[in-house]
Amino acid sequence: MDPARKRTVRLIVALSTAVVLASALIYTSFSAASPALSPSQLVREAQAGQSYQLTGTVVDGSVHREAAVLNFAVEDRAGGTRIPVAYTGTVPDPFREGREVIVTVRKQGATFVGERDSLITKCPSKYKTAPASENQNS
Amino acid sequence: MAGLGRVCLLLALVVCLYGIGAALYGVRSGRIEFSVSARRSVYALAGILSVAILVLEIAFLRDDFAFNTVADTSSRTTPALYRAAAVWSSQEGSLLLWAWLLSLWASLALFLTRNRMREVASYATAILLGFGAFFVSLMIFYATPFATTNPAPAEGVGLDPLLRFPTMMIHPPMLYSGYTLCTIPLAFGMGALLARRVDAEWIRATRRFALAAWLFLGMGILLGARWSYSELGWGGYWGWDAVENASLMPWLTGTAFLHSLMIQEKRGMLKVWNASLVLATGTLAIMGTFLVRSGVLNSIHAFGGATLGVPFVVLIAALIAGSIYLVVSRRDMLRTEHRLDSLLSRESIFLANNLVLVGLCFVIFWGTYFPLISEALTGRESSVGPPWFDRYTVPLALVLVLLSGVGPVIAWRRATLANARRNFAVPLALALLVLVVLLGAGAGEKPLANAMFCCGAFVFGCIGQEFFRGVRARRATAQEGAMVALLALVRRNRRRYGGYIVHVGMAVLFIGVAASSSFQHASELGLSPGQSTRVGAYTIRYVRPTATITPKYDAAHTGSTLSLGAVLDVTRQGRHVATLEPSEGYYASEEQAQGSVGSLIGGQPVSHVSMDGGVTRDVWTAIEPDIETPALHRIVTVGNRTLPPEDALVAIGYLARAYLQHPPQAQFHFIVSPLVMWIWIGGLIVFGGGLIAIWPAPSAVRRRVAIRSRARAAQGLARA
Amino acid sequence: MVVVLALVLLAVTVAVVSAPLRAGRRPPQPRSAERDELEVAREAKYREIRDAELDYRTGKLSREDFEAVDRALRAEAVEILDRLEQLGEEIRPRAS
Repeated sequence: MDPARKRTVRLIVALSTAVVLASALIYTSFSAASPALSPSQLVREAQAGQSYQLTGTVVDGSVHREAAVLNFAVEDRAGGTRIPVAYTGTVPDPFREGREVIVTVRKQGATFVGERDSLITKCPSKYKTAPASENQNS
Repeated sequence: MAGLGRVCLLLALVVCLYGIGAALYGVRSGRIEFSVSARRSVYALAGILSVAILVLEIAFLRDDFAFNTVADTSSRTTPALYRAAAVWSSQEGSLLLWAWLLSLWASLALFLTRNRMREVASYATAILLGFGAFFVSLMIFYATPFATTNPAPAEGVGLDPLLRFPTMMIHPPMLYSGYTLCTIPLAFGMGALLARRVDAEWIRATRRFALAAWLFLGMGILLGARWSYSELGWGGYWGWDAVENASLMPWLTGTAFLHSLMIQEKRGMLKVWNASLVLATGTLAIMGTFLVRSGVLNSIHAFGGATLGVPFVVLIAALIAGSIYLVVSRRDMLRTEHRLDSLLSRESIFLANNLVLVGLCFVIFWGTYFPLISEALTGRESSVGPPWFDRYTVPLALVLVLLSGVGPVIAWRRATLANARRNFAVPLALALLVLVVLLGAGAGEKPLANAMFCCGAFVFGCIGQEFFRGVRARRATAQEGAMVALLALVRRNRRRYGGYIVHVGMAVLFIGVAASSSFQHASELGLSPGQSTRVGAYTIRYVRPTATITPKYDAAHTGSTLSLGAVLDVTRQGRHVATLEPSEGYYASEEQAQGSVGSLIGGQPVSHVSMDGGVTRDVWTAIEPDIETPALHRIVTVGNRTLPPEDALVAIGYLARAYLQHPPQAQFHFIVSPLVMWIWIGGLIVFGGGLIAIWPAPSAVRRRVAIRSRARAAQGLARA
Repeated sequence: MVVVLALVLLAVTVAVVSAPLRAGRRPPQPRSAERDELEVAREAKYREIRDAELDYRTGKLSREDFEAVDRALRAEAVEILDRLEQLGEEIRPRAS
């Protein structure tokens, strides 16, 4: 095979590999992703086994800890549907009642089990720290 | 004084616009004095913005709460160091920092190239002033640092406690230096394409700045990871958070650029790659800046909310469109006569390197922007988590480390199989040895980590061999001792050996990452005083509780009103390992509804992590004390009812005493991570290697080298 | 006070920026872009020659390969030196 032909073949092989890998990547991202839902949406659509990103406000008075498990309820920003969450793992410093949180949950029976270390609390102030701060810091 | 600041911004904008016009006119008409005037505009911009930032600094140091920025982020009780650094903790202050750093680096770059590359430099001047105008306009029209309130409030809100750490104060300037330095090669790259002069001169001018950008950005990223690990309460150094990823992406393309630039230097190949990479790096740096300060992605703060989002999107769209147009329209100029001769050559390793780095960047880009992509495509916002990132970045990282070992050892143009056998025998043997040891030690159940260890060993073997052979070659001609030969070797070949040291540092870093993520042992413990529990081979005993009160008006480091913690004793097989003293600091808040006592401790709590760093492992713990026990709660409510605000501190004393006398069970997050220290050590090695690579050779050496080379060139020709 | 400072700043800025435009004498003859380019290329070529030798001494190139590469590079270097000489100025190693 002359050099020019060899080069074309190499280029085609390289491009095809790139396309295949990129497609695999893109495909798995959709199946591995957790959709972000509010409590009212979650109640309607949750399926057992699928993980979701629950976004909402921590309900006042709902936080209590049983040993390693932190229980709290999350409601829509506008109020209404409440979802109880049983969460294990790191609790970010800003976490408290009334704050907005994002937690990855899975449906188990009537409660939602929070994925380990997935709790993120949003900062209440309008602006905050410098770049590259950790998600716990939000 | 705020008036002076506002004048500075307006003057800066005028100077930028003038400079853009002068630069473009100068290069189009050939009237050099306009190009020089444009360059001086950049110097003037640096001067003006220095005055502006000085005004702001002075306001912070003098507690001038008339400035809204000062009132929002500082207070009389904030220590001076943090007050000075609080300038860039706000949206508007950080914009000013960015613009100021940009003007400084641009001035330096244009000064160093003032006698050369006139056309390219003129275009670069216009582009850099364009960025300057953009950021200054943002400050004038959207988020000004010089807004004032009259009458001035008596006290400021204070700095977020999470920021009161030294690393967090250096981190933004370091990172912003990295981002702004990335725009210099971008400007010179666009300038070169516009002027149709993508040549050796452009390479030489750009290389140093690209390397400096790469160094600063890398250090900024590492500092951020270190801050996250040692100060935040989750015990990790990397979470694939959008903000972290935003800074990593330009660093990856920057790394690719630095390497493939070498190929263009030596063989005139990969010009399209280099043009694209330098433009991508600059654009990704701007995107990184933008990501941090808009509410676009969910898992990061809204630094400023939607108001800044639109202008940035416009700028980024313009950059992307402009870059694509430039590369496509100049592609005839970027064509090369040389071709890749063989797959077994340094050129093809570099090409593979480019592909892997761009691939890594693509994976991270996709994952980071996935919420936006999925919302656009499916109407529903979804996000991918760290496991997804790990799944794709880890194999790519393995290949990258492997390449970093092969690259230095393989020859240009065409390597023969016999050569390869001779050169790779020792490194491969080393890697195999490591594998056997690992399997023997029973660490076999983590294949990816083991693969990384072996790849790291391979790199050590390759680079070690390079140094050894280099020293040996040098000693063959010059009668020198080994150490002297080594130093002379590195001094005379800074780029090469500096680069090798960087590779070693990266391998060390990756080994640390692999070990600390795969073999980490994390657990949640609930302990009461006197209790002990076992975690793996370690025994942890809660020795005693700690409580400290710091008065609200203090000059102390943390400034928390109340700090509750514990002393933990960690032993391993009977031998004392470490004494840890984690605590949680409770800060004052501004919410009156919490009551006189409640508001003294009702602010955002900050976890003070306690860590024992060691060569082989780190022992790390954070505490979550129970401050809501009935006894403690009663003190607070009684205090709220009976004590006026000025006496409320008394109740805090009672709280501390009650906690010490009847300490409730506390939750501990306990982590043992092997080899974490090597991540930071690896980073330092990378930094050292980078410094060596960027250091200009002393002119005397170069002159000697040049004369000798010229003589030998003539001689060689005569011989041939 | 602020007004005074602002005016000073404005004056300095205008002076600095307009200096090249006001200069009566012609700006110094710009160096030939081609000569700059050749000088940079010469430095790069010298570095390549040294790198090739180091590669040979550390075992990456065989003797025949090295001699071929070395000869080619030196020929390219001499070409650059010739073109520089043609540009009329004495070749001096650059001091900076």
